[in-house]
Amino acid sequence: MDDRTDPRRNGRNHPLVVENRSEMSFQVRREVFVSRDVLEREQRALFDRCWIYVGHASELKRPGDFRTRWAAGRPIIFCRDRTGAIRCLINSCRHRGATVCREREGNARNFYCMYHGWTYNVDGSLRNVPGEEAYPPSFDKTKMGLVAVPRLESYRDFWFLNFDRDAPDLVTYLAGAKDYIDLVVDQSPSGRMEIIAGVQEYDIKANWKLLVENSVDDYHLVATHATWLNYMRNSGVNIAPPKGSGLLLATKGSGKDLGNGHLTTDNPNYRGRPVARWISVYGEDAKADIDAIRSELVARLGEARAARVADTNRNLVVFPNLVINDGSSVTVRNFYPVAPDKMHVTAWALGPVEETEAQRARRLHAFLTFYGPGGFATPDDVAALENVQQGFAAWRDVEWNDLSRGMARNDDQLDTDEGHLRVFWRRWNELMEEAA
Amino acid sequence: MNTPFTDAVSRAEVEDLFYYEAELLDTWKLDHWLKLLTEDAAYYVPPNDKPDADHRYTLFTIADDIVRLRERIIRLKDPNCHAEYPPSRTRRFITNVRITAVEANTVSASANFSIHRFRRGGAHQEFIGQYRYVLRRENGMLKIAERRAILDAEELGALGSVSFIL
Repeated sequence: MDDRTDPRRNGRNHPLVVENRSEMSFQVRREVFVSRDVLEREQRALFDRCWIYVGHASELKRPGDFRTRWAAGRPIIFCRDRTGAIRCLINSCRHRGATVCREREGNARNFYCMYHGWTYNVDGSLRNVPGEEAYPPSFDKTKMGLVAVPRLESYRDFWFLNFDRDAPDLVTYLAGAKDYIDLVVDQSPSGRMEIIAGVQEYDIKANWKLLVENSVDDYHLVATHATWLNYMRNSGVNIAPPKGSGLLLATKGSGKDLGNGHLTTDNPNYRGRPVARWISVYGEDAKADIDAIRSELVARLGEARAARVADTNRNLVVFPNLVINDGSSVTVRNFYPVAPDKMHVTAWALGPVEETEAQRARRLHAFLTFYGPGGFATPDDVAALENVQQGFAAWRDVEWNDLSRGMARNDDQLDTDEGHLRVFWRRWNELMEEAA
Repeated sequence: MNTPFTDAVSRAEVEDLFYYEAELLDTWKLDHWLKLLTEDAAYYVPPNDKPDADHRYTLFTIADDIVRLRERIIRLKDPNCHAEYPPSRTRRFITNVRITAVEANTVSASANFSIHRFRRGGAHQEFIGQYRYVLRRENGMLKIAERRAILDAEELGALGSVSFIL
């Protein structure tokens, strides 16, 4: 079937992303948000080839600790074995397939399959098979351990897996995103951040790529988050754009290309940061403490680097589906498509391990002011994405999304432009065409 | 737990308060609802995976002090609160009301809830769980000093956001 007769392919005759630099146009075909065929190709082109976030080292404190979750569409056991090594095993019995670990988290001596009683060590090796004598001589227990994911690597305690054995190493893959992970981790005096207990898991009835866009799209802030801005204003935070600046927001931020499809916003902060920029919402009592956090940053990192860490908000996309928002608080957000029009979202809060009780409480309070399914902003993002998905029901009639905002700008792209969104789409299109 | 009823507060009075509160919330009379709360009230929705946790150490779904709770009501009444505009239709069923502890100035009470939520074109959602309240008498009126809505669902999943008051 050639491209003309099969419109689902993004061959030459049916491009899914069209960029015309001389005419300064950039369009994405709405079909990519509704097509099951596109979703299946994304599985092969992206989720089976890219480095996919699986978890943070702090979630596995002791040998035997485990977390079960989904990554790249597979059931996964993310665990620390008896020697202290972090492992990532596919949660499926080698015998007949059942998951061998059914709890969300815990500390395990072994993984036990409830179907026929096969037992595995925490490193995945097969320990016990009931009635083993009935197996033929060719049955080799040493080759029947739980399957480990082909590649598992970490950067500064963020662990990623890859189902492509031939993929470049993680550090190469991360490219410029590394520097932005460093800015997050530099909040901690010891360089150790931790995932804070309490996970937010919710579905959005929208295509997963809409959350990539939304996570870094600062153009939507004024319309979508009017009530959050109002709350900030009521709390004494200056949210007004400088007069005559032509800006939509209080500070001039930028959108950046970090290579390999990764992207970020990089914005001077106006809305407060637990590390380390005080706003009235934190209360007068917090002022001295925030000052002390800042002094530590300056002493350790120097003025310039401390200002980068403390005074900028950065929403980072690690291609394809990890978002680290270092804004009102730090959130690590992972999402995965379960259908063209539905995704599962998992979100955590991240904080320096050294934080005092008061600092941690402030961080969590600041988190909930904006983020999460009960926050003042995220529910409206969800509403926006679900509205968009409804509009896409007419994808045959209204075929294209426009992402040209900022293309005529000669200098750097603003955070309210769409230059950084185009970074995602170019890489997405490149990988999808390779897999076509 | 078998707690003695006191003359101070009866279960009937607690039930009346809960049913009245449910009506105010279902009819979106949110300013009226705020009047049921003490000046230092707090409202919590713990995370689904850590229902008994403390909001100072754990990421909650909602952990509002009275200041943020008042701001939440301002937001909920604003047409720009897109997640709740038009406002959801809700219907609350409250059962198994029990007084669980009586202190010098406060009464703790729990109740089971089933909250049905409807939106145009959307699937019917059911938020099921348990309320835990701390109540205090102020000027003769029984008021809410703390309310905690603990969801039974293992994850929010298809419930999506908690954008209205549980």
